[in-house]
Amino acid sequence: MQKTYYDPADLKKFGSISEWNEELGAKFFEYYGKVFEEGSLTAREKSLIALAVAHTIQCPYCIDAYTGDGLQRGITKEEMIEALHVAGAIRGGASLVHGVQMMNKVNKLEM
Amino acid sequence: MIKSLQRRESELADSKRQQEILANGIFKSGELPKFADKIAETNQFPLKARKLEILQINVGYMCNQVCAHCHVDAGPDRKEIMTKATMQEILDVVQQTGAHTLDLTGGAPEMNPNFRWFVEEASRLGVEDFIVRSNLTIIRANKAYHDLPEFFKNHNIHVVSSMPHWTKGKTDKQRGDGVFDKSIQALLDLNAVGYGMPDSPLKLDLVYNPSGAFLPGDQVSLQKDFKKALLEDFGIYFHQLFALTNLPISRFLDYLIASENYEDYMYALVEAYNPAAVRNVMCTNTLSVSWDGYLYDCDFNQMLQIPVNSSAKHISEYKTELLEGRHIAISQHCYGCTAGAGSSCQGSVT
Repeated sequence: MQKTYYDPADLKKFGSISEWNEELGAKFFEYYGKVFEEGSLTAREKSLIALAVAHTIQCPYCIDAYTGDGLQRGITKEEMIEALHVAGAIRGGASLVHGVQMMNKVNKLEM
Repeated sequence: MIKSLQRRESELADSKRQQEILANGIFKSGELPKFADKIAETNQFPLKARKLEILQINVGYMCNQVCAHCHVDAGPDRKEIMTKATMQEILDVVQQTGAHTLDLTGGAPEMNPNFRWFVEEASRLGVEDFIVRSNLTIIRANKAYHDLPEFFKNHNIHVVSSMPHWTKGKTDKQRGDGVFDKSIQALLDLNAVGYGMPDSPLKLDLVYNPSGAFLPGDQVSLQKDFKKALLEDFGIYFHQLFALTNLPISRFLDYLIASENYEDYMYALVEAYNPAAVRNVMCTNTLSVSWDGYLYDCDFNQMLQIPVNSSAKHISEYKTELLEGRHIAISQHCYGCTAGAGSSCQGSVT
């Protein structure tokens, strides 16, 4: 039995998800490829967004992939960590902003 | 400043040890396919030399820098320097070769005491493209070199220079402390005499090597980012950017092994193997001449001391019929030239 939930080698097998549903797999990878093409945002900017999102959703495959992708694109570690702080700020903010709900309730119920 | 492998008396200073590493391990066990087997899958084995177009001459391993990734293991302590006699032998055969490009490399080629004489003589031979691979910092190293931009201009030299990134941190980490600032100043000096300016015939191209155990990204995108950053930050212009893959030899091999990245890097190279890149790998139209006049299929084979498969092994024995069609000597380092868009001293090959 596999001893860990994640195996780095599985990242390279991502394409194999199409084997169990070729039509949806093909549509997904076509969409995925299109998303990361140069558009109003550069491919470089999209790579940084992907890196930040990867950390937000805590996907080890995505972190591996988009750290490597960033290095290949010449993205610096300073840019990478700033992107992560954006993710961290939104994620932390998402918890803290719910504090308003908490405060509302406390204020309503407390004498 | 780090020291050369030779100075450190590292076992990797011995090219035979490097060849052993590339031939054994994951390739001997069959975990990864050998390069010869890989190119045989598309009937491209043996790889054969076509008509010679580029004569690349390594005029010596001495360099004012000691870059962490250097495949030459160049540095101030290297004493291998091409003599005037060998240069004369090369001049005697340049026209006979029919090569349209002469490409001088090192070390820092400018540190060869006969560099200027050789450039003056060779520039009279009328080759279409005369390249000098300058590390930039040599131009600012001391007063004796400050006029190099003018000298290059007077001989219509095509300057090709290394620049791993547009930021100081990444550049100095790969090429040594202070290299970025000196390189910027040297690029400004080259721009000042017309090199790299839009529409200028004085060609200034940059070479990008990844500063670590990863492959280069798309050459066109990197060029765009380099151009934007160097212009906005320093007002610097250049023409093209060549994105080169680091080959797993010499100091880069030492780094890969020491950082425990060797196997992963070889996996990455093999996974990125592009059969379409094999057709245009530089060894098929290039001949590399070492500081002592010996012939190799490329600068990398020169450093690994893998000689050409020909009875003509030295520039003094040059004969087109003995070298054209020769079987290129290959090993697993060749995956570096066939990964992704391919890699050559002139950048991507596809």
